[in-house]
Amino acid sequence: MAVINLNVNGKKQTMDVDPGTPLLWVLREHLGLVGTKYGCGIAQCGACTIHVNGAAVRSCSLPVSAAQNRVITTIEGLSENGEHPVQKAWLEQDVAQCGYCQTGQIMSAAALLKTNPNPTDAQIDNAMSGNICRCGTYLRIREAIKTAAAQK
Amino acid sequence: MTIVKTNINRRSFLKASALAGGGMMLSFSWLAGCSPAAEETLTLPKEWFELNGYLKIGENGLVTIMSPNPEIGQNVKTSMPMLVAEELDVDWKNVIVEQAPLNTTVFTRQLAGGSQSIRQGWKSLRMAGATARTMLREAAAKSWQVPVEEVTTEASMLFHKASGKSASYGEMASAAAKIEVPKEVELKNNSDFKIIGTSRNNVDGQKIVTGQPLYGLDYRREGMLIAMIAHPPAFGMKLKSVDDSQARSMPGIKDVFTIKTYPEEYAQQWCDVDSFPELVVVVGNTTWEVMNARKALKLEWEQFQDHEIASSTFWGTTVKVKVPGGLENSTQHAKVMADLSAKAGTVVRKDGNPEAVFKKAAKVVERSYSAPFLAHNTMEPMNFFAHVTEEKAELVGPIQTPEYMEKSVAARLNLPLEKIEIQMTRQGGGFGRRLYGHFLVEAAVISQKIKAPVKLIYTREDDMSFGVYRPAYHALYRAALDADNNLIAFHVKAGGIPESPLFANRFPAGAVENYLAESWTASSNISVGAFRAPASNFIAGAEQSFLDEVAEAAGKDPIQFRLDLLDRALTKPVGKDNDYEAKRLAGVLELVRNKSNWGQDLPNVHRGVSAYFCHDSYVAHVIDLVMENGKPRVEKVHCAVDCGIVVNPIAAINLVEGGSVDGIGHAMYSGLTFTNGTPDQTNFNKYRLIRHQEAPRAIDVHFVPSTVDPTGLGEPPFPPVIGALANALYKATGKRHYQQPYLGEGITLG
Repeated sequence: MAVINLNVNGKKQTMDVDPGTPLLWVLREHLGLVGTKYGCGIAQCGACTIHVNGAAVRSCSLPVSAAQNRVITTIEGLSENGEHPVQKAWLEQDVAQCGYCQTGQIMSAAALLKTNPNPTDAQIDNAMSGNICRCGTYLRIREAIKTAAAQK
Repeated sequence: MTIVKTNINRRSFLKASALAGGGMMLSFSWLAGCSPAAEETLTLPKEWFELNGYLKIGENGLVTIMSPNPEIGQNVKTSMPMLVAEELDVDWKNVIVEQAPLNTTVFTRQLAGGSQSIRQGWKSLRMAGATARTMLREAAAKSWQVPVEEVTTEASMLFHKASGKSASYGEMASAAAKIEVPKEVELKNNSDFKIIGTSRNNVDGQKIVTGQPLYGLDYRREGMLIAMIAHPPAFGMKLKSVDDSQARSMPGIKDVFTIKTYPEEYAQQWCDVDSFPELVVVVGNTTWEVMNARKALKLEWEQFQDHEIASSTFWGTTVKVKVPGGLENSTQHAKVMADLSAKAGTVVRKDGNPEAVFKKAAKVVERSYSAPFLAHNTMEPMNFFAHVTEEKAELVGPIQTPEYMEKSVAARLNLPLEKIEIQMTRQGGGFGRRLYGHFLVEAAVISQKIKAPVKLIYTREDDMSFGVYRPAYHALYRAALDADNNLIAFHVKAGGIPESPLFANRFPAGAVENYLAESWTASSNISVGAFRAPASNFIAGAEQSFLDEVAEAAGKDPIQFRLDLLDRALTKPVGKDNDYEAKRLAGVLELVRNKSNWGQDLPNVHRGVSAYFCHDSYVAHVIDLVMENGKPRVEKVHCAVDCGIVVNPIAAINLVEGGSVDGIGHAMYSGLTFTNGTPDQTNFNKYRLIRHQEAPRAIDVHFVPSTVDPTGLGEPPFPPVIGALANALYKATGKRHYQQPYLGEGITLG
């Protein structure tokens, strides 16, 4: 166990935890931020995607100790009331089926649009291919990303 | 106008206060509003008036509609309340939806399976809405001293035109709750629908995109512990010994013990799973601590011998089912399937004299198809919350079969049914996997033993290696053509490990004079279960690939070839048990032919077609495939669907798009193989699911305009797309594909 200091969604958090704990479980169980999902635990499905210093990162494979002194944003911190353009576009396109992977998809999409405000289809495919959707909502995700890009 | 007898005989006069939640066991954060976030909405009322188990109305006009069935992504939590709201004649923006808990006295068939929720709820949900509307009208008539026939409704308002009187539903709710439940009610004409047939966004949309707690894995309770199980590493093995000395002493660990999922001599229901009867359980404070302790367990396993388990049948009798011992391999499975396919199977249907006709045929086409086991891989792995005390068992989580699992858990805990409470969370995918609720029973047993609220969590590896797979399948097809290239005989022999995928009475049965359908099975200790469009998910692709090849051998256009057969099935059907409507199957083929401009040459585009009937619905696909850097890429999917009346178009299109992507993905990439009983793929690094860059660039969905009552939609778009894909791949590469996955690397079976 070790004292860990985190900066999550603009709040400083201190906790006593095994420094090897993946950030995913700290977010979900210590901080109650369950919007970040568990899907595979080996950075293959993208359900746990968060932003670390603005970049999309799989939180299931990031030890909490390595997340110190960095700016962490989860889906809960992406916007105040779900008003981020990507979240709004997701609602407009009615993307979700089961919805489980969508927070991870949204975090990947938001990180993409930050660095590339007008991505091509191929760039969207590339940036999003680490996020699996078993329901197969990929086409709506692509449309929603374009909708969000057009609004910026 | 349809008049239906109401079957609501228990009316509650309860006035639940908003502070008490009103919603049985759910708190406000679980409620789903139907209004877009930006729009102004009503606040929670001071009082709720329950008119029947499906709905309650607040004094301010807000309406809560219970969604009875499990929501697994098929959109029933939006579309089922739409049926209630339609007949209630309520303004959708003043509706909030609540997931109903299991309640067999109020609701029927609280199950997600067989694409039947809307079909089977079509009358009962509308009846619930119409009953409440009738009571509101009667209350208004009484209060205004006017004949009830003269009271009309629109968008949550009651009107009496002659006197100019009007009242909101909220104002009349208290009086309506005291009105006797009518014996029968009138349902609206289809042409009067205002909500059904219009697009309504997902009622949980806002919560989904903001990451609110919705799913079983998100559920938490004060004092809740985390549990994980260790199961044998291979099918055919059982627990021999446990050394938990190290695990017990690790930080955060409360206990380590073994459990048996079912009691001795228990007759298993169809949805019980007992591949691994004894499990090792680790319970602790946090997931990470429990994961680490589980790794420190020293477990020994041993092979089990052939044995029998008791199984309860559909008719309530108990039969013994054999479970073979041994550690199975995919190479051996392939050999078993090829061997059995070479032998005579069980004849399930025979028309005419196929044997004789095959002998005199001018041309015979014979092909074999196979597909591997598949894991469901819902994105949310199996999990369940349980809190079992002497008074009751409280269970919360993702389950497709709450009513069945209530019986299983009652038998296991030795508690009466009325002491079992099951609450359904939103589910991170189902696809059939959560029909089999062993995890719910396991969670309950663990909670009973540890005497605390507990959440059982499966890792992805636990989930993918526990079983309940789509069976491995094989099908041999033969077709006989005469000198004029007419199809004069058709033969299918299909089987699987351990279930056969044959549907003997589906197309082309009924369209061919001489027809033979045979079936076989091979036993296995690998557990299987329903997977999105069970059996159809293989046989459609096989049959529709084969028909493509037969049409080619006959020198006919593949769509016209099918339409000619369907014309025969319609005008002069062979046999009596054909379980599809030839006209509707032809209808989707004609629609997709028209919408895709079939026959038009598009440069570098390779096309394949397919059509299939299952779950009472008809779907046809045309796939446009292009080759990019030597790899196939689906440019466009054209899809025609006849599922009767479409309740919620925006979600229905989503389901068809998703089913098409899912079908393409599994046929192209996915498969589960075994070495000595152990699955070779246990996570997404080895088990391949379709990803963004492999998804079609476009999907066009066309519904056949219909006034027929709704039929299935969650499953029907999945099976046929596989045939269209195989046929387009052939056009693109000149090579026929007979084994799924078509582009699987290192996955071979059959």
